Amino acid sequence: MDFATLLFWILAIVMVVAALAVVTMRNIVHSAMALFFMFALAAGVYVLARAEFIAIVQILIYGGAITVLILFALMLTRIGGQRRTNPTNRTWPVALLVCLLVGGSILYALLSSPLAVSQTLPASVPMDPLNNVARIGLLLYSPSQYSYVLPFEIASIVLLVAIVGAIVIGRED
Amino acid sequence: MLTTLTLNHFLVLGAILFCIGLYGTIAKRNAIAVLMGIEIMLNAVNVTLVGFSLFNQVPAYRGLLTGQIFAIFIITVAAAEAAVALAMVIAIYRRRKTVDVGEIDIMKF
Repeated sequence: MDFATLLFWILAIVMVVAALAVVTMRNIVHSAMALFFMFALAAGVYVLARAEFIAIVQILIYGGAITVLILFALMLTRIGGQRRTNPTNRTWPVALLVCLLVGGSILYALLSSPLAVSQTLPASVPMDPLNNVARIGLLLYSPSQYSYVLPFEIASIVLLVAIVGAIVIGRED
Repeated sequence: MLTTLTLNHFLVLGAILFCIGLYGTIAKRNAIAVLMGIEIMLNAVNVTLVGFSLFNQVPAYRGLLTGQIFAIFIITVAAAEAAVALAMVIAIYRRRKTVDVGEIDIMKF
């Protein structure tokens, strides 16, 4: 077993345990901490997949912004005198059944369908002359060659609308 | 079979995380815990897309990094979604003093 595979297994197992902790913890602040841990481990998986830019963005946006946003929302919606702040429905066996069915069908589709991409990496991958961040920068901004300039601009409008919407919805009136 | 990194590693990890997130979304009663489940599901999809991007060996498409670009846009939309959803949770809490999704039933008839 080579080093990358060993690292992947460690990251994957701890990540699944952290995700299980998010959905099973009694105290919701502990759930939020496990969620931060899961986001950080996902960044490790992205580095293994040679997606350095996504890994950095994962740490910045998920680990930094979204976790803090969730913790602020938890702080503002505290219900006093409640021990179990993260209760589960009475119908949780139904939820378990549904997600086992969904997972089983995903795995069945995975194992029975022919994939359009190769299953393993070739022995010698031709190195990209640019690094990952520079390549993604060209793909997002370049006006002259094949790029995603228009979706990028639309994404900025989506973010602007979301900011204005969040202010309008959350305003005291 | 398990000695080198294959595409199935990434796909199975994504599927397991997606199922855990789905369980959290369905089974939790706190609205913020439901949002945490949604975030886990979005992360699972990102793991799958980045895995596909790594194993795409077609020479004409390899440099385009389509999976990673998709993951960036998913992260953008997830950030927008989290901001709006948490604002809604806070607004509901201010008006009804609860974040239990079983008790927020004003749209049910």
